[in-house]
Amino acid sequence: MRFGISSYLATAPAVLAQSHKQGGAAVVTFNNDLTTLDPQVGYDWQNWSVIKSIFDGLMDYKPGTTQLEPDLAESYTISDDGLTYTFKLRDGVKFHNGRAMTPADVKYSLERAVNPATQSPGGGYFSAIEGYDALAGGKATELSGIRIIDNKTISFTLTRPDATFLHLMAINFGYIVPKEEVEKAGSDWGKKPVGTGAFKFVEWVPGQHIVLERNKDYHRQGVPYLDKLTFEFGQDPTVAVLRLKNGEVDIVGDGIPPAQFTEIMADPANKDLIAEGDQLHTGYVTMNVTQPPFDNLKVRQAVNMAINKDRIVRLINNRAVPANQALPPAMPGYNKDNKGYAFDPDGAKKLLAEAGKPQGFTTELYAMNVDPNPRIAQAIQQDLAAVGIKAEIRSLAQAEVIAAGGSGKAPMIWSGGMAWIADFPDPANFYYGILGCAGAVEGGWNWSKYCNKELDGRAENADAMVKADETDKRISEWKNLFDDVLKDAPWAPVFNEKRFTYHSARLGGDPALFTDPIHIPVNYDYIFAKDSQ
Amino acid sequence: MVFYLAKRLSASALILVGVTLVTFCLTFIIPADPVAMIAGRNSTPETREQIREQLGLNQPLPEQYANYVKRLARGDFGISYARKSAVGDLIASRLPATLLLMLGAIIAELLIGLPAGLYAAARRGETGDKVAMTLSFLTVSTPQFVLGLSLLYLFAYRLGWFPLSGYGTLRHLILPAVTLGLAGGGWYSRMMRSSMIEILRQDYIRTARAKGMSEKRVMFVHALRNAILPVIAMIGLDIGIFMSGVVVVENVFGWPGIGQLMWQAIQSLDIPIIMGVTTVAALFIVAGNFLADLTAPLIDPRIRLR
Amino acid sequence: MLAPVLAPYDPSEQFFDGLTLEGSPLPPNERFWFGTDTNGRDQLSRLLYGARTSLMIGIVANGIAVAIGTLLGVIAGYARGFLGAAIMRFTDLMMAFPPLLFAIALAAILKPGLAIIIVVIALVNWVQIARVIYTETTSLSEREYIEAARALGASTTRILFRHLIPHLIPTIIVYATLGVATTVLLEAMLSFLGRGVQPPTPAWGMMIFESQSYFLNAPWLVFIPGAAILIVALAFNLAGDGLRDALDPTQRGRR
Repeated sequence: MRFGISSYLATAPAVLAQSHKQGGAAVVTFNNDLTTLDPQVGYDWQNWSVIKSIFDGLMDYKPGTTQLEPDLAESYTISDDGLTYTFKLRDGVKFHNGRAMTPADVKYSLERAVNPATQSPGGGYFSAIEGYDALAGGKATELSGIRIIDNKTISFTLTRPDATFLHLMAINFGYIVPKEEVEKAGSDWGKKPVGTGAFKFVEWVPGQHIVLERNKDYHRQGVPYLDKLTFEFGQDPTVAVLRLKNGEVDIVGDGIPPAQFTEIMADPANKDLIAEGDQLHTGYVTMNVTQPPFDNLKVRQAVNMAINKDRIVRLINNRAVPANQALPPAMPGYNKDNKGYAFDPDGAKKLLAEAGKPQGFTTELYAMNVDPNPRIAQAIQQDLAAVGIKAEIRSLAQAEVIAAGGSGKAPMIWSGGMAWIADFPDPANFYYGILGCAGAVEGGWNWSKYCNKELDGRAENADAMVKADETDKRISEWKNLFDDVLKDAPWAPVFNEKRFTYHSARLGGDPALFTDPIHIPVNYDYIFAKDSQ
Repeated sequence: MVFYLAKRLSASALILVGVTLVTFCLTFIIPADPVAMIAGRNSTPETREQIREQLGLNQPLPEQYANYVKRLARGDFGISYARKSAVGDLIASRLPATLLLMLGAIIAELLIGLPAGLYAAARRGETGDKVAMTLSFLTVSTPQFVLGLSLLYLFAYRLGWFPLSGYGTLRHLILPAVTLGLAGGGWYSRMMRSSMIEILRQDYIRTARAKGMSEKRVMFVHALRNAILPVIAMIGLDIGIFMSGVVVVENVFGWPGIGQLMWQAIQSLDIPIIMGVTTVAALFIVAGNFLADLTAPLIDPRIRLR
Repeated sequence: MLAPVLAPYDPSEQFFDGLTLEGSPLPPNERFWFGTDTNGRDQLSRLLYGARTSLMIGIVANGIAVAIGTLLGVIAGYARGFLGAAIMRFTDLMMAFPPLLFAIALAAILKPGLAIIIVVIALVNWVQIARVIYTETTSLSEREYIEAARALGASTTRILFRHLIPHLIPTIIVYATLGVATTVLLEAMLSFLGRGVQPPTPAWGMMIFESQSYFLNAPWLVFIPGAAILIVALAFNLAGDGLRDALDPTQRGRR
């Protein structure tokens, strides 16, 4: 990883080396209910991090960073052809029900993710494992590529080299679950999870709260610090901020509402209570390249040049940096020399004229209806109007925008509120689903319906580079690939969001933990209670 | 009376069937592919097909409707797309909170609306009347989100009289119930006032006054009984209005009722929940309207049930 | 109507310096008398232009709703029997739907536009009015003077329009005037669901709705359009009171 280590990431491990006393509790608020705590099923940003605290995978990331490290695995080896991964499991890992974790659990969990009966939204991630097609197609009950070698060792055989494989062992879909508990709970499994993670599930009162407690047998010594973690739901963020000021809650999970942001930031008392960090996020406008007028490259470039990103960044209280390419700066493969399309309304008009649209045209811009997205859409609307493009705004519920994008019905979509936050910190995760041919299908998430077979081939070649000494080469391949995507301009990248987490004075921990790029919003496993120190 | 009840009950049942049919149609008009919603970004085609099969989306629509009604008759509201749990359970766990909130709101609006309306009518044209009516305007035209947040900021955050959020005790109930009921209180005060003024003009009131009956007795015995009718008739109808109001109020106050559930379901187009909540809400609304029709003749004997 | 003459700025122009450096809206000042909104637009200009849309919706949509509601309520209450029952059960059916769901579905079929907003609001609002008018009519139509009119052989139309509706005027006026305010709020809800007034066209309800979470930090965003709605509603109420006095059957007899 040559790029993407922001300054704070480098400092994080040193801070984490300190240890803190265990004890205390924290309350986190969310506006919406959690949907499920089933790691093979949960796939929204709220349950994603709660699941991470209850379950573990073979791999994980160093807290507060994007650096991979073994977790439930003690070590791993990769064969020279990059097709076989062998993991040696850590000793003494126990599920919350007291049973020791075995390689059979690993096999079961991965198969569970791929098995269509599970209806996992992430099963497709494991398509490189041998036997995937048979299991996913319902013609087998096992993944033939997973072999249990002895009671501590398990190996995966792949049908093609996959440089992202270790990341896949660190995402929630690959987390290890105990078969007997899954089967005992049946359809209730997502409501009473049992894992190996730092926190143990205690209770879930639907619509009200979830309580977790410290796992005393956690395989990492000394953590987590907090004894108890409560998530409260149905909490309007505006009210949650008031409750935090009152000392009733510790973290506003939905972030600081735009209306209160300036006031909170301006209050000197909050100086140490707000953590600021980058996240692997890009907000962008998609343009459907299969339909006129956006089938014309010049029109798409004109849109890129018409949008005044600085004004939009100010509109969202400077909680972002203007984006010039698809990848966020914290992502390996980000090209810091590529300045993208500069703001140039006159140039945009010229391009439109060259494209045979000197008078502009009328189109539709879809956006999600939660603040600040309708405001951002209106800012884009004004910028487009200045070069002659009249965009009608369709501000709709999230699910409706996703449906319009998937079906290809939407000429333009502002991605805010639904934007791609990487599942794992690798450029590949920013390509296949949202810019590659695989996502450009009915119901897919490539809303531009941009499908460039040549780039798809290059992406696969890059991901076949699995040797340690090929990492740099692979990343530079991805960098070139994303440069070429930008030339085709299926998106107009607008900004990369920064994260600001507001927490109570009771809680301590490195700011990197409160803006963890992997655990969003907060890495609950390593923050501590000051009143217990 | 028995015949009337039977007739009204069967009509209500028919309405509920109509509700299920319309709900079913509405949700098919709403543009979202449930399979894509459930399946997510990296699902396999096989998984998507499995989901489609399981939801019965491959069957013809009439068959889907028949299955839906059959399941409904068994109390089975289906499985939520997003939450993967039984919609019936989700609604059942949240319904008591909403009913409690509505009850609180009805009490609040009556306590606010009736005295205010009576007062305004008695002081018709005077300053007190004008103040009361301006206030009623204010309550009716203030968005509930703003109203709720104002009350919360003032009474819970600044003064600390009430908890900021949550559910469980009477102190938790007061602010959300007042927020939900204040608009209704405004309506009631206006209805009450105009109803009273209308009644006070009637001949029999004039007769009563002419006979030297005290103004208090005129107001409270003769006029009030007649004036209250259109107001009481509205209580049953309130349930329908509250069903929209609870969505906002429950969100502001972190009240774990079906309004929150509905709001989240609308955002994510979780159609089984939308259908389920609509059906359950319809049940209560129909019951409320039924009660409204039933109570009217009890208060005003001139109305005969037919 | 006078908005283009009176408004100091284009209501949809988002000024770069209409926001503070931190991106907050500006409070009322010399340049922007009513401050700016969260997009940096002039609130006064938006208010003036928004008046057109909002009054149109408030008067037309609510007018239609009151007309439908009164007519159906009176017919159902007077006719009773099968027709009355049929109308009221249909009203119950309509009432059983959350307006939100109704709006989403209607707008899914129809393209959003001012006419659609008016139709949706009218379709949502008439139901409650019909219900209340129905109850009052059943009470009124049992009274002696109606019986008397009937016995004298007055035609149904005459009874309805000469004897029943005039007595319902106070209730109708309550709905007609208060409805103007609530209608504006419903319009805001529709905007939020993407089925209302399309941005950047300003409308009062939408102005409040968009910025309601700001009201603790930027109260002018909510209070100024809120006051505008209130003033209009009060004006309507005064007009309504005058109208009632003019139409009042008991007053008329004595003049």
